[in-house]
Amino acid sequence: MAAPQTKADPNAARLAAIRLPEGGVWASEARSAALGRLTAMGLPRRRDEYWRWTDAAALNAAEAAPAATFDPRERPPFDSVDRLKVVFVDGVFDPAASDDLSGAGIEIGRLAEAGERDIHWARHLYGRLEAAGQTPVARPFAALNTATATDGVLIRATGTAARPVALIYLRRSETSDAVLHHVVRVEPGASVTVLESGPAAARLNKVMEVDVAEGGAFHHVRVQGRDHERRAVTHLFARVGKAATFKSFTLTKNGRLTRNEAVIDIAGDGAVAHIAGACVGDGDFHHDDTVFVTHGAVGCESRQVFKKVLRAGATGVFQGKILVKPGAQQTDGYQLSQSLLLDEASQFLAKPELEIYADDVKCSHGSTSGAIDETALFYLRSRGVPAAEATDLLVLAFLAEALDEVEDEALRDEIRGRLDGWLARHRK
Amino acid sequence: MLEIKNLHVKLEEEDKAILKGVDLTVGAGSVHAIMGPNGSGKSTLSYVLAGREGYEVTEGSATLEGTDLLALEPEERAAAGLFLAFQYPVEIPGVGNMTFLRTAVNSQRKARGEAEMSAAEFLKVVREKAKALNIDAEMLKRPVNVGFSGGEKKRNEILQMAMLEPRMCILDETDSGLDVDAMRLVADGVNALRDAGRAFLVITHYQRLLDHIRPDVVHIMADGRIVKTGGPELALLVEEQGYADILAEVA
Ligand SMILES: Nc1ncnc2c1ncn2[C@@H]1O[C@H](COP(=O)(O)OP(=O)(O)OP(=O)(O)O)[C@@H](O)[C@H]1O
Ligand SMILES: [Mg+2]
Repeated sequence: MAAPQTKADPNAARLAAIRLPEGGVWASEARSAALGRLTAMGLPRRRDEYWRWTDAAALNAAEAAPAATFDPRERPPFDSVDRLKVVFVDGVFDPAASDDLSGAGIEIGRLAEAGERDIHWARHLYGRLEAAGQTPVARPFAALNTATATDGVLIRATGTAARPVALIYLRRSETSDAVLHHVVRVEPGASVTVLESGPAAARLNKVMEVDVAEGGAFHHVRVQGRDHERRAVTHLFARVGKAATFKSFTLTKNGRLTRNEAVIDIAGDGAVAHIAGACVGDGDFHHDDTVFVTHGAVGCESRQVFKKVLRAGATGVFQGKILVKPGAQQTDGYQLSQSLLLDEASQFLAKPELEIYADDVKCSHGSTSGAIDETALFYLRSRGVPAAEATDLLVLAFLAEALDEVEDEALRDEIRGRLDGWLARHRK
Repeated sequence: MLEIKNLHVKLEEEDKAILKGVDLTVGAGSVHAIMGPNGSGKSTLSYVLAGREGYEVTEGSATLEGTDLLALEPEERAAAGLFLAFQYPVEIPGVGNMTFLRTAVNSQRKARGEAEMSAAEFLKVVREKAKALNIDAEMLKRPVNVGFSGGEKKRNEILQMAMLEPRMCILDETDSGLDVDAMRLVADGVNALRDAGRAFLVITHYQRLLDHIRPDVVHIMADGRIVKTGGPELALLVEEQGYADILAEVA
């Protein structure tokens, strides 16, 4: 007779079924360690503090739910920017579509190959920032990623990279379930810009670990779009060294589910870390930014600027924290999360948090949710600007502070162009 | 030009009548002034003409050169040639003044089936007109009215009017908050636009603006109606005596 079933973890079967990829020494060590972490923490559940507002079921499921591919019929993002293209199709590197993986000031390798080599700079980084980022809040999908990723790139900036590295994620399959893991190391005084774009897969789990050494600079601009049914969970783990700069901006359009986590460890004195996001969502759209910035050094600046435009039943989530450790004096921390609700069917859920253990600290945070300013709208219309265009102007004005976080003008124009396109398509 | 007949307006949200039968005809080429106590309905009249939400017309009509204004959207009224200089100009963070002006000019041109103004031409014209109003390049770059002083906001309204070249200009207390020099600039801006094909309706509390912009007709509004109409001397009378005697006389 079978033993009576007690309350089993619904995710236990998924965990038990995980098979680690074959691979070289250090990669397999990192994978086993990650699987150990994942098994200990379990997959997310509703009762978990940071999963109350985002349903992880589709991400927890053994297989990716089919998601129709979508032809956006537009110029690909960053098309006008001179860049080194690294192309993945359904989560698999496509050498034929990619550029030669070499350039001035930069080394690029594939995770799939590097894992085989015993001596590789990435062995001290792969899974390390992810592991460090698991406390105080568990990030199970990141551990799952480290355990199971077989593809991704290892980027090492040794000088001033001549042109941005563009990671382009194409998608052909309706059922692709991609796991990508990138590692970026910016050597002292070096700098690189990494661009990301494309829908990637029906379901994507992506991790990027970024280690910026003293005086280095890392810039990241990402466009997530536009397949309507795709789902994605992404993690950005960063360690920012002394007098180093880390800046990341993400534009998200469409997609059924997007959970973007950023875990930033400001570790060196005088470092600067900015993370920003703009998302525009319509209908069956759930977008979640979960950000954790830790100040662990003196005289550092951090900025979080997240703006969401939501309509026709879209949902936006923001969970953002600034943690200032004891001794992290002269910290300047800023956090802003705002939503513009274009109708009453849409909603914004926000959990801004400050936790401060140093006394000489300047930290501010603000979270607001509001509708279009009717007075401003009337003013614009009274000057002859049609209602739809006037609304778009106000939407762009709302997003401006987030877009301003993209320093490079050409890249900012790219983002503006994407937004203009979205707004034009969504005019009433 | 502008013909208002027996206009009755109440608030949409509550049962409160504000305009109680306004009759007013402003002919092309003329300048009319409206004076009247606080709360008499002057701004409400201007808002209703411009198409602001929140008001309900219960009776009467308003036409601009024969076109039923009340049936048009605010942007259509603007394209038809109506302009309102707001008593309280609106701040719009994130929208650059230049972008705003250019979008407005070109939207109206498009609506009228005219060619859009090129960027270069626009820049030239706007610089010229801004200079006449003592508006510097920095103010043009800033977000619309954000951080502008009261007087700067009013001059910015006149700049918009000068760029849009409307045929029916309504100025709601454009003089309030202006220093003596700014008042001159604003009046000069208005006078420069005066011509046979254009009309002005100037709402004001003070004679001083009317010294510079000489009105043809002066109306007194009280409790939602035009209660007295006369020549420029009526404004002088208000300045000297206030409204009490005038209102007592018509009551
Ligand atoms: N949206 C509104 N809600 C409530 N009351 C309103 C509204 N709009 C106008 N009113 C009321 O209608 C009356 C007329 O207001 P209006 O602003 O038109 O006066 P005004 O003649 O322009 O006054 P002022 O000289 O002070 O500018 C006032 O009693 C005002 O409080
Ligand atoms: Mg008024």
